[in-house]
Amino acid sequence: MSTNEKNESRDRGKAPSGERVADWADGRLGIYSLAKANMRKIFPDHWSFMLGEICLYSFIIIILTGVYLTLFFHPSMNEVEYHGSYVPLQGQLMSEAFSSTLHISFDVRGGLLIRQIHHWAALVFLAGMFVHMMRVFFTGAFRKPREVNWLFGFLLFVLGMFTGFTGYSLPDDLLSGTGVRFMEGAILSVPIVGTYLSFFLFGGEFPGGDFVARFYSIHILLLPGIMLGLVVGHLILVFYHKHTQFAGPGRTNKNVVGMPLMPVYMAKAGGFFFLVFGVIAAVSAIATINPIWAMGPYRPDQVSTGAQPDWYMGFSEGLIRVMPGWEVNFWGHTLVLGVFIPLMIFPLVLVAIAVYPFIESWVTGDKREHHILDRPRNAPTRTAFGVAWMTWYFVLLIGGGNDLWATHFHLSINSITWFVRIAFFVAPVVAFIVTKRICLGLQRRDKDKVLHGRESGIIKRLPHGEFIEVHEPLSQDALYTLTAHEQYEPAEIGPTVDENGVERKVKGSEKLRARLSKAYYGEESQIPKPSVEEYKEITSGHGHH
Amino acid sequence: MFAPADKAQADDTAQSLAIDEGKKLYAVGCASCHGTGGQGTSDGPSLVGVGSAAVDFQVGTGRMPAQQPGAQVPKKKVVYSQAEIDQLAAYISSLGAGPTVPTEQQYSPEGADIAEGGELFRTNCAQCHNFTGKGGALTNGKSAPSLEDVDPKHIYEAMQTGPQNMPSFPDTTLSEQNKKDIIAYLDAVNSDDTESPGGLELGGLGPVSEGLFAWVFGLGALIAVAVWVAARTAKAKKS
Repeated sequence: MSTNEKNESRDRGKAPSGERVADWADGRLGIYSLAKANMRKIFPDHWSFMLGEICLYSFIIIILTGVYLTLFFHPSMNEVEYHGSYVPLQGQLMSEAFSSTLHISFDVRGGLLIRQIHHWAALVFLAGMFVHMMRVFFTGAFRKPREVNWLFGFLLFVLGMFTGFTGYSLPDDLLSGTGVRFMEGAILSVPIVGTYLSFFLFGGEFPGGDFVARFYSIHILLLPGIMLGLVVGHLILVFYHKHTQFAGPGRTNKNVVGMPLMPVYMAKAGGFFFLVFGVIAAVSAIATINPIWAMGPYRPDQVSTGAQPDWYMGFSEGLIRVMPGWEVNFWGHTLVLGVFIPLMIFPLVLVAIAVYPFIESWVTGDKREHHILDRPRNAPTRTAFGVAWMTWYFVLLIGGGNDLWATHFHLSINSITWFVRIAFFVAPVVAFIVTKRICLGLQRRDKDKVLHGRESGIIKRLPHGEFIEVHEPLSQDALYTLTAHEQYEPAEIGPTVDENGVERKVKGSEKLRARLSKAYYGEESQIPKPSVEEYKEITSGHGHH
Repeated sequence: MFAPADKAQADDTAQSLAIDEGKKLYAVGCASCHGTGGQGTSDGPSLVGVGSAAVDFQVGTGRMPAQQPGAQVPKKKVVYSQAEIDQLAAYISSLGAGPTVPTEQQYSPEGADIAEGGELFRTNCAQCHNFTGKGGALTNGKSAPSLEDVDPKHIYEAMQTGPQNMPSFPDTTLSEQNKKDIIAYLDAVNSDDTESPGGLELGGLGPVSEGLFAWVFGLGALIAVAVWVAARTAKAKKS
């Protein structure tokens, strides 16, 4: 500010109160420069870029409702006799955890609604993260510089799964107790240390009197604390990297075309928060979730059919349900492969998708930054891998719900189990091949559209009697959008003999990389996009329609 | 001198009439699988000693006569009148002693302990029939049916006789009072009058249907909302 302006402002008298508050805060917090740098941050417009927001908002809703629930929940396994208002459990013995959950559901004002919002929001949170992750995957948004943020997001998904699982276990009802029992069994199957781990976790024999209090600390403190940190880091990185955008005229790797955070996205995002809250609250008011009163208190000697975990743990249930009950006995020890193998595959399923970005960047050897998103069809191998992974995941979900598939589709549960066993190996391969072919087909269609224009549906008869369909040329914008993607050349192994004629040893990893690169970008895996020459040749009107 | 004998004869006649009628019905509707004397064949088990309760359950719920062989004989439309069912039952119980049809006093949920029934149900029945009797799958296409709105008499008889894949729970295992309690529990948690305090029950099947609902109606609605919000930009022109 110049001296003149200063004088003028002094002449105007006292600044308005809002400005004085801002001044006061800026003098102490230095927020002006931070806000100046970030408030006008540009975000591109696309509905799929709002999937992450759904996750963020449902996470906030979970925290808010969770705080309310902690006010009434007693994380204790002391045995009490129930004398609340739910008649079919009158006089039953149960843990304090279960009875306080009944109390929240029936005797705390708004308790049941808050419980249902908390639980529905958790299911939506995980589903939102899944879809958000797939959006990032299929558009290649995980490429440099966003690999770390991809891992942050992945960790959030995995931690979300375990936060959900510990929360689902807290009411100590018959359903969740069966889930905890299953977890105990899985831990016990670990060779050598399994029993020690189980006794350490449960403070002795299952179920003991400790696990609810321990899960409570993990559920409300440890995991959400880590997740909150990751969410903040995730968002800081989104700001730092700036948002990706789809290709289009005027959009380059160096700019972002969209609307500024302040005021447009502030309004949109703020409004969207209330819409998310509204939808989740409406769902929670319409449909019940986890009706623990119907399930009854947990007792290790009872079990019900249809005992499944929440959907995000469903694939692990599938792994265990379809695994043959193999067992090895030696020197008086038993190795329960029927449980231990699924326990080992469980992290593998998750890691398979998490490490993919690193595999792809190794194959391409591309060290450049990418801020323009791919259309899934233009990266056929990646898209095929993603669909194969989702197929794998879905096949396991079928396994996890095999009993309900059996009763609702009048099938034999044994046939479903065998289907899942075979499909576990076969379905991803089929999905990979089919998806890749579809992508290539779509690429051919794009090429056709660029070179020959859009089919107008108008049939024209030429003077000599021939019928042709009139093709409308695409607009310049559309042409740009369809041809903006770049296509990699398959990597070669390079010269094996140097300038002095000395032969160099070719490493196995180099050969593998060349092979993979050929599989990714060879003739079989991408349709060369139309070149300018081709376009000119065809549109010049010599000998073409 | 003949009067007492007359009376006794009259009783016998009513009973034997029912048996006779039942035998005729049996010969038409049941004998092809269960054999002409109820001794059983390769297509159907022996009915000697199953008792009238088994007949009342199987025929009274429409399971018998069976329509076709399969993993399990499903419940369907009842084809006999209650009078005919009673005659069939009389005939079958004449073949050998077995559990008899319970009286209303035995199976009515009046004066039973619902909470006790719930505990018994979770201990003995929930493994196959689910927490509140919504049913569940068994091996090779068999299933434990839903117990929603099943006649209390039929629930009692099923426990007594153990139809098809179900184990039987005679009075030595589950006393008369226990059975009453279980019936009262089912009446409280799984009938037309059952209230679901949290809203739609989604089949009462647990996390699978909840997960499906969360994906379709929770996330589905939110994505629809996201598309709607994203379609409204701050631009002057709205395309």
